[in-house]
Amino acid sequence: MSATARKSASKTEGANQPFIYRQFDQDKLRDALRKMYLIRQFEEGAEESYMRGLIHGTMHLSIGQEASAVGICLGLSDEDQITSTHRGHGHCIAKGADVSRMFAEFFGKTTGYCRGRGGSMHIADVSTGNLGANGIVGGGLPIAVGAALTAKKMKTGNVVVCFFGDGANNEGAFHEALNMAAIWKLPVVFVCENNGYGMSTSVARATAVPNIADRAAAYAMPGVIVNGNVVSDVAEAMHEASERARRGDGPTLIECKTYRYRGHSKSDRNRYRSKEEIEEWMTERDPIEAFEAELVEFGVIDAAGIEAIRADVAREIAAGIEFAKESPMPDVANLEKYVYTEQA
Amino acid sequence: MDAQVETATRELSYAQAIQEAMAIAMERDERVFLMGEDIGVYGGAFQVTGDLVERFGPERVMDTPISELGGAGIAVGAAVTGMRPVFEFQFSDFATLAMEQIVNQAAKMRYMLGGAVSVPVVMRFPAGSGTGAAAQHSQSLEAWLGHVPGLKVIQPATPHDAKGLLLAAIEDPDPVMIFEHKLLYKMKGAVPEGYYTVPIGKADVRREGRDLTIVATSIMVHKALEAAETLSGEGIDIEVIDLRTIRPMDRQTVIESVRKTSRLMCVYEGVKTLGIGAEVSAMIAESEAFDYLDAPIVRLGGAETPIPYNPELEKATVPQVDGIVRAARDLVTGAR
Repeated sequence: MSATARKSASKTEGANQPFIYRQFDQDKLRDALRKMYLIRQFEEGAEESYMRGLIHGTMHLSIGQEASAVGICLGLSDEDQITSTHRGHGHCIAKGADVSRMFAEFFGKTTGYCRGRGGSMHIADVSTGNLGANGIVGGGLPIAVGAALTAKKMKTGNVVVCFFGDGANNEGAFHEALNMAAIWKLPVVFVCENNGYGMSTSVARATAVPNIADRAAAYAMPGVIVNGNVVSDVAEAMHEASERARRGDGPTLIECKTYRYRGHSKSDRNRYRSKEEIEEWMTERDPIEAFEAELVEFGVIDAAGIEAIRADVAREIAAGIEFAKESPMPDVANLEKYVYTEQA
Repeated sequence: MDAQVETATRELSYAQAIQEAMAIAMERDERVFLMGEDIGVYGGAFQVTGDLVERFGPERVMDTPISELGGAGIAVGAAVTGMRPVFEFQFSDFATLAMEQIVNQAAKMRYMLGGAVSVPVVMRFPAGSGTGAAAQHSQSLEAWLGHVPGLKVIQPATPHDAKGLLLAAIEDPDPVMIFEHKLLYKMKGAVPEGYYTVPIGKADVRREGRDLTIVATSIMVHKALEAAETLSGEGIDIEVIDLRTIRPMDRQTVIESVRKTSRLMCVYEGVKTLGIGAEVSAMIAESEAFDYLDAPIVRLGGAETPIPYNPELEKATVPQVDGIVRAARDLVTGAR
């Protein structure tokens, strides 16, 4: 895995360390690793709770894609906003949400971020700048552009990140949103997490261009392809894109090439991809393993430090599930609450 | 009924009244801005925004590309993050291109997020037939949106209400859809100067009567009033209720009226089946007013067809004054 790190380092002109080691202090980098563990263990905990019948409905797990969520959000503040996707647990955590309230939402409890009304597919912590996961493929794209329009009109200096998957790039909303963001030079960064498949349909079968980022040219914005499993590469592309956005130079399309280990959702029989392919990504290109090895190599953390993070995250996850279990259910009498804003 | 004391009034067209409301809203609140196709220098397909771009500049009277889905979604995103966008559809038919953002996003966002956000977006829809624009530029789709919890749907029938309801809509914290009948744009009426609002969710009794309640929407309010005038010469006394808002519906005003008149007719331009008349009829059938009914409820709605091009066919597609007169007379005299 150190090969990955060296490869990243050598790409950086005039510096001997990858971007994030020059940009962020060591606490921030250790926290990035912690967030990656938090995402993975959260999703493993959610999956287990689902298997045990504690969570109903469905969920879309992003295990294997943690570097993209964390790398993108590393340099963002709570005032910077994101729109997220149906595979959005990682974005929510990377942006700073509390896993207890996320578990509570999955359990349908009043203490959940959406008070039990949204569940996995609409998870959001608005207080940390997350405008919401979305059940509609491509649904968040225009909304992110609208948020960026607000940022421009109000001169907030904030940037909006629009996460979407490879499937969304064939929705009309993608094209309309990118076009308008470009003509109005809005401070938005489009982040395509290309995990190779829209449900069962591969990108090669669904998309006319080899890379999603190629489509940036049609909207006169930079299109950047990064290894979505390498935190520093993702963070560096995001840094450039957000600087450009904050300067008023308009949007960027970043394509993070990544992979999801789990199926599309709980109904997936994984018949469209081989065991070997999944195995190869899990064993050869795991983003957490790669990041750990890199952190050790650059002296940011040691084995004991990593173990301490894992154990600490495991405790946080267990406490979160416990909190969710013990939290109260919504009162059916309040079924219609939140349909409209309560007015005095 | 209105929130503010009205000052001097003068005659304005329905379109001018809407334009004035948008201008007042933009003067009062810097978060308010307009978006839509050709609403800038062109002035809007129906000249509703007119010269507002000269007064407020292209940042606040924003021309969008022909991208209804994206444009509506951008308005939603701007609303959620603190702005007060007013999004103009060139024709209400084009709502079909933006249904995803209207129905899945705008209407549900507050609920899905457990009340963490509000979506104060206004969408304006020039609607209705009578302009020879045929099937894709003449529909009345208000009942579609009226079926969606989370949205508010209004249909002002007069210049006075168009201005007051639009100002109320812009101040409303939730998404409000306004259906403006294209044939009303040139209609003139008394409009108070300055700021005032007309409450969303409140019907208006336009004409009091004893023999029959006609619940009408939009342009049909005027046709119903004309029919009522004709029938008053025959000694038939009709009450005309302008529903004004179809979601949330003012049930109480309709129920009280039917308890008084014992007869109900619904007149609306949208396709008759599964439309506003079905809802009003069922609402009365479920209410205490049911016991007061002396005759079956009658619905006059749009024909079960796309809007045709030929003017005679087009006219025959939607209720006209003659038809309302006949149906109302039959209902009151027991001929049906």
